Amino acid sequence: MKIRFAIPLIILLAIVAGFFVYPILLQRAGVYPDFLNRPFRLGLDLLGGTHLVYEANLSQIQESERASAMAGLRDVIERRVNLFGVAEPLVAVNKAGESWRLVVELAGVKDINQAISMIGQTPYLEFKEERPEAETSQILQALNGQTPDPKILDPYFTPTALTGRYLKKSTLIFEPTSGRPEVLLEFDDTGKQIFGEITKKNVGKRLAIYLDGYPISAPVVQQEIIDGNASITGNFSVVESKQLVARLNSGALPVPITVLSQQNIGASLGHDYLVKSLVAGIVGFILVALFMIIWYRLAGVVAVLALSIYSILLLAIFKLIPVTLTLAGIAGFVLSIGMAVDANILIFERLKEELKSGKIFGLALEEGFNRAWSSIRDSNVSSLITCAILYWFGSSIVRGFALTLALGIVTSMFSAITLTRTFLRSVAGTRLASINFLWKH
Amino acid sequence: MISVIKHKKKFLIFSGTLVVLSFIPLILWGLKPGIDFTGGSLWEVEFTQDRPSNEAILSSLKDFNLDNALIQPTGDKGVILRFRNINEKTHEAAYRYLNDLAPLTEKYFQTIGPTIGQELKTKSLQAIVVVLILIVAYIAWAFRQVSRPVASWKYGVIAIVALVHDVTIPAGVFSFLGKFYGIEVDALFITALLTVLGFSVHDTIVVFDRIRENLKRRPSEDFSKIIDASINETITRSINTSFTVILVLLAIFFLGGESTKFFALTLILGVFFGTYSSIFVAGPLLDWAGKRVKK
Repeated sequence: MKIRFAIPLIILLAIVAGFFVYPILLQRAGVYPDFLNRPFRLGLDLLGGTHLVYEANLSQIQESERASAMAGLRDVIERRVNLFGVAEPLVAVNKAGESWRLVVELAGVKDINQAISMIGQTPYLEFKEERPEAETSQILQALNGQTPDPKILDPYFTPTALTGRYLKKSTLIFEPTSGRPEVLLEFDDTGKQIFGEITKKNVGKRLAIYLDGYPISAPVVQQEIIDGNASITGNFSVVESKQLVARLNSGALPVPITVLSQQNIGASLGHDYLVKSLVAGIVGFILVALFMIIWYRLAGVVAVLALSIYSILLLAIFKLIPVTLTLAGIAGFVLSIGMAVDANILIFERLKEELKSGKIFGLALEEGFNRAWSSIRDSNVSSLITCAILYWFGSSIVRGFALTLALGIVTSMFSAITLTRTFLRSVAGTRLASINFLWKH
Repeated sequence: MISVIKHKKKFLIFSGTLVVLSFIPLILWGLKPGIDFTGGSLWEVEFTQDRPSNEAILSSLKDFNLDNALIQPTGDKGVILRFRNINEKTHEAAYRYLNDLAPLTEKYFQTIGPTIGQELKTKSLQAIVVVLILIVAYIAWAFRQVSRPVASWKYGVIAIVALVHDVTIPAGVFSFLGKFYGIEVDALFITALLTVLGFSVHDTIVVFDRIRENLKRRPSEDFSKIIDASINETITRSINTSFTVILVLLAIFFLGGESTKFFALTLILGVFFGTYSSIFVAGPLLDWAGKRVKK
């Protein structure tokens, strides 16, 4: 492309990206289109919020069914989480080796503790059938008179395939004769089928209903039930029954879960981090700019110009994708500024060498550029390899860093071959190019 | 012009000593693992009024069996507590008890189960090994046309030796800091080490790249002389680049948040020694490899 066109094009691009990154001026003037108005997506550590990792116990679920059970779990938790009105809750399934995890991130949630306990209250409903008597007495004998904990080993009942996963809805009714509250359960189609099979198999025996690992009622099955309706009549008060219905309707867990790790970040701490890392970024940029101008003179000015546009473009990319910016992510961005300079330094050092060997500016520039390119390319590839591994290896913190650094490296290669080169070429024909003081030491 | 090759013994002995010195604390004390690796809880709170004494805080929490809880004051009114992994119920109860002692706001709470910690350890090791393998492979490929006087895979191996140098020294420093100042290593430390791996190779490649180019341009010249010339031609760039990276890292170290402070320090050490090794370790080793081939 002709340089005459390239420079205005670059400047235009920088201006557009600049307004995209920082639209406040245009917004005040009222000329900024709404659909372009995107905020930076900030991570949990900068907004405040909570990061939870749950482990799902899938021992009762067949290998082939596990992924779909986890999807069901995710939906249930997602529905719960949505009740908090968090802007963009993240609920993701994560498989680590043999164990299945659910990662929940609630950014910017005000009452973290309440949120966590609400997720914790998601009920886990199970239906269990009687164990053969021989097994029961065997287990009781082994317990040696201790009170059995049904969560660890239940002497009387054994799990069936029917769980809250197949629950369609639950309602509160009052039994006409006694006036006692009853919780009515309605299953979905698969649930109906399983329930039918279980009841058929267990006519005359008890079928126990467990909530969160403990039995709440164990009615005797009178006949096979095919309509998929069951009712729980425990010793509930009206209030308790109402709560149970509400909990069941907002989603019952398909599998039991336990918390593996938890991280809460107070909003004030997050804000504090954000301000600090922004200040660090700006100061870092200024230091680099000063150094470049002092050392490389006019070329340094060119580099700083390229670097500024580079930073604006990269920030625009962060907004556009959008990349979730965490503290480590901002560190990656700041670090990438330092590394982006490297491409410029490589070019300038080559340029100086070529000038020293007596070439005229234009020729020295092209030579220096071509020679520097293989170094820039090869050395950045090794950093990109590392970023890829970091991304694969990482928890969300590490991923944030790897992603911003990788985007930074790619953008910096682009800025070195387009921005810096174009700016230097545009100098080539002018009188500035012949003033040695500006280029050489 | 500095002749690195002429003094190569001195440089190699110096670097070798540093590496050995770094290994001593690593072998004696290892690194002090943070809760990322061991599991446990970290809790930062800020009291609205005056900070109660450590004893008062501990005794208000004695019902929870937080054995060996460590308390560290932070800022004017805050404390950081470290103890075993607890569940949310215990956390909420502990919050209430502490709030009864003195009103407070919770700034940060993290609790990690032991399984996650173990996994992170395994994953960290895997990541480091994979990065090393890929980098040797990449360098061997990038330098595949250079086979004289030193085979291309040797460039890769030498780059790895330089890498070990660059990673061992920060690790040694952190082992020392862990022993005497209680500084722990976390997932970000591993991230920093991996980044150092990438950066250090980056630097070494620039020197090797120049050697590759000079070998083509001056085929008859002595290998040692080519190495020396290449180092001298790239030394300004190496130092300037590291210097700018270290400038931004210093900004993060001094001005950034608490949690990236030691991340920045690891990188500063790694980048500094990475540049040192690309000039004073990789070159001499390459020369040595070249001499061995001739004999």
